[in-house]
Amino acid sequence: MSLLRGSLQEIHSRLAKKEITSVDLVQESLKRIQEVDGDVRAFLLVDEEGALKRANELDEKYSKEGTRGLLASLPVGVKDNICTEGLTTTCGSQLLANYQPVYNATVVEKLHNADAITIGKMNMDEFAMGSSNENSSFSPVHNPWDLSTVPGGSSGGSAAAVAAGEVYFALGSDTGGSIRQPAAFTGTVGLKPTYGLISRYGLVAFASSLDQIGPLTKNVEDSAYVLQAIAGHDRYDSTSANVEIPDYLSALTGDVKGLRVGVPKEMMGEGIDPGVKALIQKSLDTLESLGATIEEVSLPHSEYAVATYYLIAPAEASSNLARFDGVRYGARKYGENLIDLYHETRSKGFGPEVKRRIMLGTYALSSGYYDAYYKKAQQVRTLIAQDFEQLFAKYDVIMGPTTPTTAFKLNERIDDPMTMYANDMCTIPANLAGLPGISVPCGLSDGLPVGLQIIGKPFAESTLLRVAHAFEQATDRLPEPKLGGSRA
Amino acid sequence: MAITKTEVEHVANLARLTLTEEETEQFTDQLNRILQMAEKLNELDTTGIEPTSHVLPMANVMREDEVRPSLPLEKVLLNAPDQKDGLVRVPAVFEG
Repeated sequence: MSLLRGSLQEIHSRLAKKEITSVDLVQESLKRIQEVDGDVRAFLLVDEEGALKRANELDEKYSKEGTRGLLASLPVGVKDNICTEGLTTTCGSQLLANYQPVYNATVVEKLHNADAITIGKMNMDEFAMGSSNENSSFSPVHNPWDLSTVPGGSSGGSAAAVAAGEVYFALGSDTGGSIRQPAAFTGTVGLKPTYGLISRYGLVAFASSLDQIGPLTKNVEDSAYVLQAIAGHDRYDSTSANVEIPDYLSALTGDVKGLRVGVPKEMMGEGIDPGVKALIQKSLDTLESLGATIEEVSLPHSEYAVATYYLIAPAEASSNLARFDGVRYGARKYGENLIDLYHETRSKGFGPEVKRRIMLGTYALSSGYYDAYYKKAQQVRTLIAQDFEQLFAKYDVIMGPTTPTTAFKLNERIDDPMTMYANDMCTIPANLAGLPGISVPCGLSDGLPVGLQIIGKPFAESTLLRVAHAFEQATDRLPEPKLGGSRA
Repeated sequence: MAITKTEVEHVANLARLTLTEEETEQFTDQLNRILQMAEKLNELDTTGIEPTSHVLPMANVMREDEVRPSLPLEKVLLNAPDQKDGLVRVPAVFEG
């Protein structure tokens, strides 16, 4: 078995006993990337030199001093919308093809302090807009479970690299499901924390009221370790929450006796693939056998979530992406005058989905339409959040599928934005309400992974991790993906 | 309410995008379909419902007004497509 498939504890103890070194771990990651990434295309940049240098430094450091943290020396992939000083950060866009961040995102700084090793930057849908990774301006990513299918998006590169064993874990970002949906499609664990738990400083903004960074890992325990390392208040992000960070590891008790689970009928109804539904039902039975009580509930406004999201997110995006005008950074294209420079830079630099959302958002915010679209959507958002609040008075967690289907074929939906958007119906509500959600693998349907989604109260990450972990312990682990299927 | 081709062109200009004829046609069609989906929200009576401004109960965040170090100039200008004398250079704003 590859070193990178080992458990965190195991790697840690082998490092401590000097059976393996940081350099071995980095070499293992580089070797795997060499072997499979031509097919998977999870990486936009591999920092071989920097990673080996860092590994050598760490081996040197730990030859002198003893105790190292559990994340020390682990190869990590960072989604390419998270700033890494000295490593090009493109957001999957031609416009930023050569952008060199001049500082690290807070999460990168924190992982660095934990001595994790950045291996490279992960492919993604351009500016994190997409559910399939086909909107990357560089290359689509292929799902390691079947190379002819998508890995999901927008953190598709991060999820695929973890699934294919190219990195130990990865960071993604989630605005409407961009961590959980690719986690479901690739059989990995994806956690979107409560809005504000993790600093967004250094994350290139898409929709600021929805964006959150989170980990993609092989299992729930790793997710808890990574969350522990990156959570916390940051004075560089005024929306980061000033809350006490609990010990997430101690939450992994395996005990779900008396847990009250609500299952919204809207997430188990029409539009959910029968194979997915069957596995979710089986998962609920498992939890029931562990002592949880399962009840059907309703989120009456969830049918409005997709429409609400596709007004709010593009509106915020149209405002955030105004900064990409070719003046201070980005691939500048000249015209007759300064206004032409803006037009040329943006029209040549942005891909079709980004333009579509900028157009939609600009329209929704424009004079005469603001009340009808943007304000209306923000009011419905309040109703959606209230639905959850009412349920959480009676239930500890809300559960259902992460996605309505398993991974779909490349090119199948790219020309049909509406079908693509509907794919986010189960993940969007948690973003609109600012709630934490986790996707944990719950089996294979026709050979492709299915994700069980668990949504919790604000800052109840400990509960999510405890439930996901207990479920994982009671469920068969997925086999390793075989990288089968054709890339065509 | 349907969005016309002329409105799409107007919105593109507001967003500082120049669309090809083909893009204009395509966006007119697609934006109409997306806005049709958005019409669904009108099924709900939202009279008196407060719009969400922040998902968590969070008020203004204040800090001391202290001077802190800024990024050095060479870092600030590292990504500038064109620069002169420590400034970002762009084509003339005013003509003549």
